[in-house]
Amino acid sequence: MRLEYFQLVDQIVELDLVGRTIKAQAQVPYTSTIFEGHFPGHPLMPGVLLTEAMAQTSGWLIIGVTGFARMPFLAAVKEAKLRTFVSPGQMLSLRARLLHDGSGYAITKAAIDVDGKTVAESELTFRVMAFPDPRFRDSMSEVAQRIGFPVEAPALPVEEPEHV
Amino acid sequence: MYTEAKVEFAEVKSDVAEETSDPGSSAPRIDAFDTVADIIADTCDIPRDQIKRESHAINDLGIDSLDFLDVVFGIDKAFGIKLPLEQWTQEVNDRKATTEQYFVLSNLCARIGDLVAAKGA
Repeated sequence: MRLEYFQLVDQIVELDLVGRTIKAQAQVPYTSTIFEGHFPGHPLMPGVLLTEAMAQTSGWLIIGVTGFARMPFLAAVKEAKLRTFVSPGQMLSLRARLLHDGSGYAITKAAIDVDGKTVAESELTFRVMAFPDPRFRDSMSEVAQRIGFPVEAPALPVEEPEHV
Repeated sequence: MYTEAKVEFAEVKSDVAEETSDPGSSAPRIDAFDTVADIIADTCDIPRDQIKRESHAINDLGIDSLDFLDVVFGIDKAFGIKLPLEQWTQEVNDRKATTEQYFVLSNLCARIGDLVAAKGA
């Protein structure tokens, strides 16, 4: 995880665009200033960051389903359950399933497993919209390449210069 | 997302096609109202008896855009359709349609009926 850059997914393991599921993995860092505060002497991965990891996993699934044309933004977190403590250094298996692909929104169900046991799960709602800026899409494309995301962002049309 | 201010542009252009309606179709239209009202009551915690056919989802029932996503999810699931919410929102924002056309429940239910009929055609 690049925790301080809020990039919590290390590697996409599997993307199934037919079944609309995704699997990813991420390792909780051994050290971070986050753990120094949360908590001193008892470092724990914050539950909200586990929720964010589920959201990012789901987000990549939605990006895949839309062919890298649209960007999901987290809108609602429903019944997030944080079943047990997660500690620095633990390897997270992240998974998500697209429950519904609506018009301008998407609903996923996501979960995190550690050593085969589910440690967190949630239903998540996203607003889905066109990338607001081509540079934003390009930067997401760079992240996608780094984490082994198998769907490439299509080339953007080249703008013709105006002829006076 | 859609504007919550009343749109003053009342006259809808005659060439704005209702893509989902088919005046020539003889397929019976379902009445979606009871299902939609139940979804709204359950999702938005609004008393069922306050939800009427003439109610405007935003102006009368006070449903905001995020809660309306939940309502649309319920409707999409219940009827097996995909309400074109993005398109409707864009039309309202572009002043090609009024919020009443899509968010007054009787009109919303008519459009659901059209979508269900089109699915079965």
